[in-house]
Formats: sequence, C-alpha cells, structure tokens
Amino acid sequence: MILQWIVFILSALFAIFSALMMITRKNPIHSALFLIGNFLSVAVLYILLGRQFIAIAQVMIYAGAIMMLIVFTIMLISVEELKKVSLLRFGAGGVIGLVMTVLLFGFLASSVAVRTLPGLKGGFPLERIQELGPFKVIGGLLMTKYLLPFELASVVLLIGIIGAVILAKKER
Amino acid sequence: MIEYVWLIPLFPAVGFLINGLISRWWKLPKGFVAWVACSALGLSFLFSLLVFLDLLKLPPEARVAVPDKVLFDWVVSGDLKTVIGYKVDPLSMVMALVVTGVSFLIHIYSVGYMHDDPGFTRYFAYLNLFVFMMLNLVLANNFLLMFLGWEGVGLCSYLLIGFWFDRDAPANAGLKAFVVNRVGDFGFLIGLFLIFSKLGTLTFDEVFARAHLLDPATATLITLMLFVGATGKSAQLPLYVWLPDAMEGPTPVSSLIHAATMVTAGVYMVARCHVLYEMAPLSMAVVAIVGALTAIFAASMALVQVDFKRILAYSTISQLGYMFLGVGVGAYSAGIFHLMTHAFFKALLFLAAGSVMHALAGELDIRRMGGLREKMPVTFWTFVMAALAIAGIPGFSGFFSKDEILWNAFASPKGHFVLWLIGFVTAGMTAFYMFRLCFMAFFGSFRGDHETWHHAHESPPVMTIPMVILAVLSVIGGYVGIPHVLGGHNYFHEFLAPVFGEAPKVEHVSLVPLAWAGGHAAEVGSEAVLELTLMVLSVAMAVFGILLAWVFYLKRPEVPQKLAEAYPRAYRILWNKYYVDEIYGALFVDGTRNFGTVLWHNFDEAVIDRTVNWIGALMRVMGAGLRLFQTGFIRDYALGILLGAIIIMLFLL
Amino acid sequence: MIPVSLYMLLGALLFSIGILGVLIRRDAIVIFMCIELMLSAVGLTLVSASRYYNGLDGVIVAFLGMTVAAAEAAIGLAIFVLLHRTYKGIKVDEINLLKG
Repeated sequence: MILQWIVFILSALFAIFSALMMITRKNPIHSALFLIGNFLSVAVLYILLGRQFIAIAQVMIYAGAIMMLIVFTIMLISVEELKKVSLLRFGAGGVIGLVMTVLLFGFLASSVAVRTLPGLKGGFPLERIQELGPFKVIGGLLMTKYLLPFELASVVLLIGIIGAVILAKKER
Repeated sequence: MIEYVWLIPLFPAVGFLINGLISRWWKLPKGFVAWVACSALGLSFLFSLLVFLDLLKLPPEARVAVPDKVLFDWVVSGDLKTVIGYKVDPLSMVMALVVTGVSFLIHIYSVGYMHDDPGFTRYFAYLNLFVFMMLNLVLANNFLLMFLGWEGVGLCSYLLIGFWFDRDAPANAGLKAFVVNRVGDFGFLIGLFLIFSKLGTLTFDEVFARAHLLDPATATLITLMLFVGATGKSAQLPLYVWLPDAMEGPTPVSSLIHAATMVTAGVYMVARCHVLYEMAPLSMAVVAIVGALTAIFAASMALVQVDFKRILAYSTISQLGYMFLGVGVGAYSAGIFHLMTHAFFKALLFLAAGSVMHALAGELDIRRMGGLREKMPVTFWTFVMAALAIAGIPGFSGFFSKDEILWNAFASPKGHFVLWLIGFVTAGMTAFYMFRLCFMAFFGSFRGDHETWHHAHESPPVMTIPMVILAVLSVIGGYVGIPHVLGGHNYFHEFLAPVFGEAPKVEHVSLVPLAWAGGHAAEVGSEAVLELTLMVLSVAMAVFGILLAWVFYLKRPEVPQKLAEAYPRAYRILWNKYYVDEIYGALFVDGTRNFGTVLWHNFDEAVIDRTVNWIGALMRVMGAGLRLFQTGFIRDYALGILLGAIIIMLFLL
Repeated sequence: MIPVSLYMLLGALLFSIGILGVLIRRDAIVIFMCIELMLSAVGLTLVSASRYYNGLDGVIVAFLGMTVAAAEAAIGLAIFVLLHRTYKGIKVDEINLLKG
C-alpha cells in the first residue's frame, strides 16, 4: 500500500516537473527529452493502475516512435536555440493564456474532486484480468467489441504513411 | 342534332390550331390555309343551321327549356363550379347564325383581299381564333365562359388591329383598343364578383332563377357594372375612343369584328341578362340614355369626317347606340333584330370600303374619290343597298329594325319622348352622312390623280360575291320582322319572345294595350295610328337627310364649304371629334405617367433602393468587423478554441 | 488503493500545462510536443477511468487515440519539413497566410 503511494507520488511529481520543464526550455532538444521523461512517468502510472498493455504501448509508441520522430525533425530542420529569454510570449496574449489555462484547470479539477463519478461498472476487476491474462483480454476486446475502430485505426495509419511520404518527397 | 352544338365553336378552334401551329414549322400554301379557314367557318355555319332547324321543330315553350350541353367541368374550387357548357335557345342560335354566317362570307372575301399580304396565314389563324372566342361568348351557358369569350375577342381584336405591327399607327391602335376594353372589363369583372358573392353561382339558368333574391340596390350595382363592360366592348360613351382608331387594321377585320360581331357582344350581354336588368330600372334608364346619347354624339362626328372607314366607324358607334337604346327600354328582341340587320349592312359597307381601297391602292380620303360607280358597278350597287338599309328606307331591312326601336323608345313603359326624339334626329343625320359618303365617293368626277383612276378596277369575284350575298340579306333580312301594324307577322319577335318572358304576340294590329303609360299613347287615342305616324315621320326624316346630302354634295358643292366658314368653331369641334382623345390623353395617359414618375422617384428610388443599398452596406460593415478576428496567426486561433471550451464548460456547470 | 480522482486531477493538470505550452511557445515543434503532451494526459484520464469502472473500454480508447497520435505525428512533422523549406525556423508568429 505504502509502496504504491510512494511510487504514485514520485511518478506524479516527476510528470508535473518534466511537463513544466518541457514548456520552458530554450533548447528544443531539452524540451524533447523532458517530454520523454513525462511519457515514461505516465507509463509507470499505468502499471500502477494495473494496465500493463497500455503502459508498454505508451513507452513504445509515445516515448519511442513519436518522440524519435520529433527529435529527428528537430535535428533535420535545425531549429535554432532561442537566444533570448523572451521565448515566452508575455504580453497580452500570454497573460490571457495563463488566466484561461488556470480557469480550465479549475473547471476540470472541480468536476473531478467534488462529485463522485457516475457510470456503469464493467466486468473486469483486477482479479479477473489476472485470471484471463492481461493482454488476452485486450486482444479479445479489440477483435470483438471494438473491431470496427480497430480496422479504422489501421486505415488512419495507412493514410498517415502515405501522406507523410507524399508530403516529404522532394519536388521534381 | 342539338347535342352537337359544341361542334360549332370547335371547327374554328381546329382551324386556328392547324393554321396557327403547323405554320410555325412549315410554310403552308395559301390555298391550303384559305381552304382550312373557310371550310371551318362553313362547317360551323352549317351546324348552326342544323341546330337552329332542330330548335324550330320544338314548340315555342320548349325552346327555352333545352338542357345545356355540358362538355366538362372547368373551374371547381370551393363553392364555385363552372363548366364548359353551351346553351341552345333562340337568342343564342340567332347570334350563332349571324356570327357564323357573316364570318363565313368575310372569310371568303378576305381570301381575295389579303391575297398579297405576307401575313396571310397569320391573318386567317387569328380570324378563326376570333370566331371561336365569339362563339364561346354567345353560346356560353355561364358567365365565366362568356367572360372567356369576352376577353378572347378583345385579344383577337388587339392582334388583328395591330396586324401590321411594324408600323406605329396600327400597333398603337391595337394597344389603345385593348387597354380601353380592359377598363370596361374591370367593370364586368366587378359585376361577376357581385353575382357570385350574392347568388353563389355563375351559370345563367341558376343565376336567373335566383335573381329575385337580390335587393334592388345590388341588382342595380351589378347591372351597372356589367354595362360598364358593355360600354368598353361595344364602344359606347365614354369608352368608344378605340373604335375609330381600330380602322388601322385590315378592312375585313373592321367589317367582321368592329361591325358585325365583337361590338355587338355588349348588346347580347344585356339581352341575355334581361332578368337582372328588369330588376333595376335605374340601370335600364342608364343603358337607354347612354345608348341614345352615343347615337347622336357619334353621328355628329361622322358628319364631317373625310376618311371612308372612319365615317363607317362612327356610324357603327351610332348604330350600337340604337341597339342599346332598344334593350334599354325593354325592347330586347328589337335590339337584337337591329343587331342582325346592322350586321348585314354594316359588314357590307366595310367590305365595299375594302373594295374601294383595293381598287384605288389604299386611298381612303373621300375628297380624292368620285365617280367610282363607272369603274366599280358591283361595289357601287351593293353599297347603295346597304346605305338605303342603314338610312331606314322602307323595303330594306334597316327600316324594320330601326323603326321598331324608335317605336319602343316612344311607347314602352320605360321609354320616353326625348329618347325617341334623339333617335329620330340621329336617323336623319345617319341618312345624311351615309349618302354624303355615297355621293362623294361614287358620283361626280374623280378628284384624285390620273394614274390611280387609270388603275381603278372592280374587285375579283371572290370579293364581290360575298358582298352581293350581304346586299341581298340587307334587303330581305328585315322581312322576318315586319311589324303587325303594317299587316305583317313579326316572326323574329315571336321567335325570341320566350327568351324574354313575353308571350309571343299573335296577329292583330292593336295589341298595344291602352294601359301603357309611356309616351302620349293615351292622348292620341289608337296606338296603331301612333305607330304609323311615327313610322312616316322617320321615313320622311331619312328622305330629307338623303336629299340634303344630294343638295350639299352634288347640286351645290360649295354649300358645305360656306357652312364650315360660317360656323368655324362648331366645325372645328366636330372635326377634332370634340377633342375627346386629347382630353383622355391629358387626363388619364399623362396623369398615369406622371403619377408613375412621381412614385418612381419618391418611392422606388428613395425608399426601396435606399433600403436595399443600406442592407448591402450593412453586410459590408459587419464583414469588416468580423474580419478583425481572422488574424492568420494560429496561436490566436488556439486561444479562441480554448475560450470556446471554457464557455462550454460554463454552461455545463 | 489510490483514489481515482487523484489520477484524474493529475491528468487535468498535465492537460492544462500542455495548453499553456501551446499558448506560450513560439516554436512550431515545441507547440507540437505540447499537443502530444495533451493527448497523453487524456489517455491517462481514460485509463484511470477504466480502472474506476473495472472495465477495459477506456484502455482501448486510449490505445486507439495513441494510434491516431502516431499518424498525426507523422503527417504533422512531414508538413513541418515542407514548411522549413520556405520559412527557416518556423515561428508561428510570422506565418499569417490565413489572414482574412
């Protein structure tokens, strides 16, 4: 129990910390690295929640594929390191943004913390998942109840591939 | 045979369709067109005759009870139910015979007259269409179908008056005719609306059966409105102004439409609606007075005109006035009788005019004519027959009909001495101007140029034979209506009597009961003597008119000139037709145009255009304002999305 | 047993930080990274909800969202590469071709 809390607190703090760092670094590579850290801590949180599959997927896809792409792109287009601190857009826009963000967070938080969440109770408590096998249940769901979204997701990926190739081709 | 009455209008309709539609794609040969058009009319006349003979087989009381021939439902909407249906009774058959017979003769005449005209096919198509519309008018069994024919003849009149539309004068004349007709039709429509709203039906039989439910005021209003329509269609005061201008059309058109058929529609309508008019003595008085005044007014203008056809046009207006005088004093059959005889001799007069124009290459000014009787004997003799008929010389048809009207104007309970007097004076004027025309055109020496005289010739038989037939009718056409006073049997009156609810008069002489209040019958003593006296007086007046014309234009030609110089003001007023056209122009035409211009500037431009422009400007301003949001910077858009999300959340709270 | 609302609070916080980053940063790549952060935070919320309800639907949805994020990353970065040919060092403040 205590272990869980400790892991949770540590991972949560690290997630927040890395997110804040990410948005305030001058060097984009630094931002990318912090984002990787953020993703990893979220993966830890997933394991804590007992969803092994999604934790692995988070690491592989987010921290692995997507971040790799981003880092490559940063290097490819050699984004400059911003000299001045005024990377931050203070001024009317920034202040408004800050205010609104705080407002948004306030709304989200109030809705979460105050009320109990309504909804149906599903049929997969932790024990049952353990019993059936964590990956097996996901696979089963993907192939039965969520077959259509699964197929559509593959179409989306196909489009992504084709689009990326077409867009990045050199002009003849 | 009576069930086939619907074929009578059908034949000209088919003729119109054939000539009118096929000629759009293929040029039809003149012979074909002429045959189609004339045979359509011939068949129409034949069927009219057959139906008429069938009608004669029935006893008099049954003749008005023949059920209408209904083809199909026409307008069925709410309470209104009208049909395409035709009525067979003495009145409609008389009209049908006159229309089809005279039209047939004029169609044949037109084959010769319009032979060289490029619009030959179009002419016959329109002419057939006209007869179709006219037959619908006279045979209809309900007001709506009659109105269809009413409007239709107005349309065809417009098309035919403006036949040579590439010239200004005919085009304007056609337009004038149609617009003035329209003014009358407005009154007619008001009458129809009132009839329907008060009596709930438009079928003749039903309307006349329920007519007693109307109160006198409504009946008066209805009949007056219907009469307004008649003034337009039949060229009475104040809506007669289109008829003289209508002479711009081809002469056979003037003969058919503006002498024999269309202009008589108003008289027919009053006769048909006699039940309504009997309920409104005020309206009948109006009809009679307007008729009488028109008669003398138009005759006065004819005295000084020098255009052959214009004189005949004013004569037509004047004679129509007589017919309205007749029906206005309750002598419906007399009015229709004069309608029939007038159709014969007026149509003939116009055909003669056409013949003269044909010979003189379009000349119409009688000051440039003269001595034509040597060159055109047939035209001359037929013209004289018609002129004697219209003057009311005994033995010719016009005498019987005109005298019956004058007698009724004097002696009928709705008549009055003054009405008779006006008719009497007009008769003299009629004789005068008609023979003035005759003498100036056909007698004396030719006053035009030598070339024209050299080329003058008699018209071909296709034109003269119809004229001869009409001349014969002008003479013998009156013998169906010899008044009892002269020992004859008024078959015509007898035939039409059941329609007008009068008992058919049989034989003897002094039928006119002493109780008739109108006129001075009681004082004089015996009505028969009175009638004979009046007859003699009007004959004397006619002869006087002819003699005066002879003196003025043959014996002493300098007299008219001296008279004109002696009374220059009076002469000028008559010559300018009492300036009526100018008055109407200033009052209505210019008035409407100025009013329209005022509205245009002050309302259309100032208000409506401003509003529309203002709305456009508003759009532009709004667009300019909204454009400020489109900065093009993505981050501003992101801000906007966030803002939207927050607002939605506010709603969900 | 850690209450689910804490997880969701964390998810909300990360989401808000992501938005802040989008509004604040001038560099297109960094803005893109912030968007990925937002997507990840949403995924966290979904999975924690699935834990609360003892169901796996949230997991599936988060997974599919991840797929879409990957495809989006591919195309978006390709576009960045293209844009780089015109604007060296993409700064979103300068690109206003959409100005109406």
